[in-house]
Amino acid sequence: MSTTDPRHDDATHDDATHDDAPHDAPDRHSDQDAARLDHGPADHMSTPEPEAPSAASLPTLGVVGTLRWTWRQLTSMRVALMLLMLLAIVSVPGSVLPQKPVDRPAVARYIVENPTLGPLLDRLGFFDVYASAWFSAVYLLLFISLVGCILPRTRVHLRALRARPPRTPRRFDRFTVRGEVVVAAAPDDVVAAARAALRGPVRLLPRFRVDDDVEAGGARTVAAERGYVRESGNLLFHLALVGILVSVATGQLLHYRGQALVVEGRGFANSVTDYDTFEAGTAFDPRSLVPFTLTLDRFTSEFTPDARALDFLAEVTVAEPGEEPREADIRVNSPLTVGEAKVYLQGNGYAPDVTVRDAAGEVAFAGAVPFLPEDPVYTSRGVVKVPDVSTGEQIGLVGYLLPTAEVTEAGARSIYPQPFEPLLVLTVWTGDLGLDDGVPQNVYELDDSEMTNLLDDEGRPVTLFVRPGQTVDLPDGLGSFTWEGLPRFVALDLRHDPALTWILVSSLLALAGLSLSLFAPRRRLWLRIAPGEGRTVVTAAALARSDDVGLQAELDRLLGAVGERCGPVLEPAAHDSDDDAPARAGAGGRHDL
Amino acid sequence: MTLGELSHIIVWGATAAYAVALLAFSFDLASLADRVGATRRDGAVPVSAGAARATTASAAVGTVTAASTLTDARPTGRLAVPVDGGGPRRAASIGMAVTVVGLLLHVVGAVTRGLAAGRVPWANMYEFTLVGTLVTIVTFLALCRTRDLRFLGSFVLGLTTVALGVSLVGFYTPAAGVEPALQSPWLVIHVSIATISTGLFTVAFAASGLQLLKDSREARLRTADGDAAVAGRGLAGSAWRWLDVLPSLRDLEALSFRINAVGFVLWTFTLIAGAIWAEAAWGRYWGWDPKEVWSFVVWVVYAAYLHARTTRGWSGRRAAWFSLVGYATVIFNYTAVNLVFQGLHSYSGV
Ligand code: HEM
Repeated sequence: MSTTDPRHDDATHDDATHDDAPHDAPDRHSDQDAARLDHGPADHMSTPEPEAPSAASLPTLGVVGTLRWTWRQLTSMRVALMLLMLLAIVSVPGSVLPQKPVDRPAVARYIVENPTLGPLLDRLGFFDVYASAWFSAVYLLLFISLVGCILPRTRVHLRALRARPPRTPRRFDRFTVRGEVVVAAAPDDVVAAARAALRGPVRLLPRFRVDDDVEAGGARTVAAERGYVRESGNLLFHLALVGILVSVATGQLLHYRGQALVVEGRGFANSVTDYDTFEAGTAFDPRSLVPFTLTLDRFTSEFTPDARALDFLAEVTVAEPGEEPREADIRVNSPLTVGEAKVYLQGNGYAPDVTVRDAAGEVAFAGAVPFLPEDPVYTSRGVVKVPDVSTGEQIGLVGYLLPTAEVTEAGARSIYPQPFEPLLVLTVWTGDLGLDDGVPQNVYELDDSEMTNLLDDEGRPVTLFVRPGQTVDLPDGLGSFTWEGLPRFVALDLRHDPALTWILVSSLLALAGLSLSLFAPRRRLWLRIAPGEGRTVVTAAALARSDDVGLQAELDRLLGAVGERCGPVLEPAAHDSDDDAPARAGAGGRHDL
Repeated sequence: MTLGELSHIIVWGATAAYAVALLAFSFDLASLADRVGATRRDGAVPVSAGAARATTASAAVGTVTAASTLTDARPTGRLAVPVDGGGPRRAASIGMAVTVVGLLLHVVGAVTRGLAAGRVPWANMYEFTLVGTLVTIVTFLALCRTRDLRFLGSFVLGLTTVALGVSLVGFYTPAAGVEPALQSPWLVIHVSIATISTGLFTVAFAASGLQLLKDSREARLRTADGDAAVAGRGLAGSAWRWLDVLPSLRDLEALSFRINAVGFVLWTFTLIAGAIWAEAAWGRYWGWDPKEVWSFVVWVVYAAYLHARTTRGWSGRRAAWFSLVGYATVIFNYTAVNLVFQGLHSYSGV
């Protein structure tokens, strides 16, 4: 701090570890004044950061010294800055490379297509960037730095909160923002008026902290400061960031998430075994699942004529233990809350209800088989697996469901997502489905390693075209296939994260703190009230912590209020002014920047 | 003609108006530079336009007037050229007027687009650009009410004209409704705030870019110091003389900071609102989707910018670079991530 700093008596900021403080440049537009009042442009916002010993002196530091040196480095603004940039950089690969948590098959494809680079990237964690050691290291270091940074600042700030406004500087002429008013009232009245104006209308929430004093020469002074909330906001912001991190981590430990595919008319129960996939944090207790049941009564969808989706609606009935079953709707943007969890409508499609009879005429399979849509017109792919044949080999039927089929010479395709002309196009396989060896299988894929595709006389695969209600014979006397109906299915995503509220609260606190720290003005105003012959000359100066367009207006408002309360206002005489106040000519309401 | 087609034509009209305003503002800068050039030898130490100004602000409170004085600085250099000193800037006035006309067309274009689609007009890339540029212009005009920022005109209008042109040619899609995932009040909140921050970052980017150019020119001129051979070349040459009439480096930095600060707060809000929406629509508040990754990168870079401004040795020039890098990530997030990356945010409509 230069000794000419008008607020050198205000030591509170100066020992902040990572101080924000010395923005207290007066208006930084003025090169000269800034140079005199502050540190000059080079470090106008410099921080009295602890001077780290240079690397050369490191060997003599010893273990404790080295630790302390490391800590200081880590908690310095410069390192925080580097870590922030690093965080931005290490986030990027996750947007370029496929990520396991999002699209595992894409990762597998990438590794196959890039046999040299792929496995290497995999080992280095590039396919799960946000859980990788290096990504975690960067953000953890950043947060350690953050905590190391805010703790001392909080201590300093708590002390500053009790501090008094800095003493009135002896000379005002160094300040760029100044003012003057001459009134008839006595100095005491002026002081009282100034105090009242500075305190503002709300007694409990004073706008300024105000002190007044009497100088050796007999002049009265008023010193006022506002904007402590700026630093409070900044600390709140940084603390709230820690809050977000801690809540997110807690949520990771306690959350669970399950997916279930539910066909119209069917339901599922909220238990780990009833989900198609289920995944939970390490601290999650499966017994904590509320055992409700959910039944899909109806699913409806709406599309534009050019097949763009307009609306999806799942009508369900939920039964929570000890409660009457109730009906509810689930839409894409409005999940259903039930038993602590939220149920999302994640996908939908068709699940043709089919019956397969084997060569002996026995029903070998009956049920709804979900076909997964692959494009906007719901060309859907699925497999009917028939393991329980009474005689002969197992049967697999693979193919497509076309909701609105258009059959031409070139083949069949779907032209609209709604089931106006549904058609099943299936090929037939026989052999061993591979279901009995205990290895879990994808129900939407046929493992054809032990199966053969049935061919017609010309050596082409036999293709069945089936319409709803039809029964067709399977080739080679394998049996028959009947399409009974076309219910829809929904893919539900069920999720519970107990930390959501805390994450939201922390985020909003961060936003509030940030706004305060960026927009709450930190201002100091001083008045010198000099008694004269029947007139009291009030000179004033103001200083803001950073560039502050409203500073002049604030000072003008104060002087205006003083003039109003202590009127009448007199014409200032040239000699009243204690400095070389420049000409008042030229009403410039529009000041540059 | 449908309302959507009408909107399309009106937006072309707005773009044309902006192009005209761009010409006017550029002409203004060039003639300002000429005025400066006429009064001093090129190669002399440049003096910021804002260096010599005594502005008196007076506040009238009832019948009382407290006159107080704001001196920006006393003249420092060998020569001081106030921006307004050399008479009226007719070209700049024309630029402002035509910008206002363009803005009116722009607003009508956006409103008719929204009416034609039956929803808010910011659901695909054409519309984001339409509204983002609208915010840019509104920000520019609003800032001009309290400060003389007409020097920024050519840059702001240049960026706007290019962005609108590119989106009209490359991103245009007919007005239509939106898919289920977009049918949410969050579309109104999240996307509009994101668009507004983008508009703000654009104006701040222009200021930071100018700051860097001016800084480089001043450094060149200082090193040249009378050496005519050096003084005449590159940034030090007379083609860049218009940089001398811009406000001081500090003023440019302060301007850029203030706008970036507002933009950053709004961007923070965008992230929060996006997470809330994602929680409702996709069942998770954050999933490192490419758009989420890049929005995060944008946020972190601007956070770094704010830190740089308060770190010793990093304020000024270096901080300005952060502002440029930040804007580059904004644009990348907006273009490449929408058009190239596969993610849940595939709403570009292109
Ligand atoms: C997760 C990491 C961090 C983020 C996202 C972050 C973000 C921010 C933001 C947005 C601001 C702007 C508010 C303002 O200018 O008033 C800020 C200010 C500040 N940050 Fe951080 N910060 C982080 C970590 C740190 C760390 C590690 C330190 C200390 C080494 C630190 C020290 C400061 C200081 C001193 C300010 C006040 C600057 C001023 O006076 O304006 N921050 N931070």
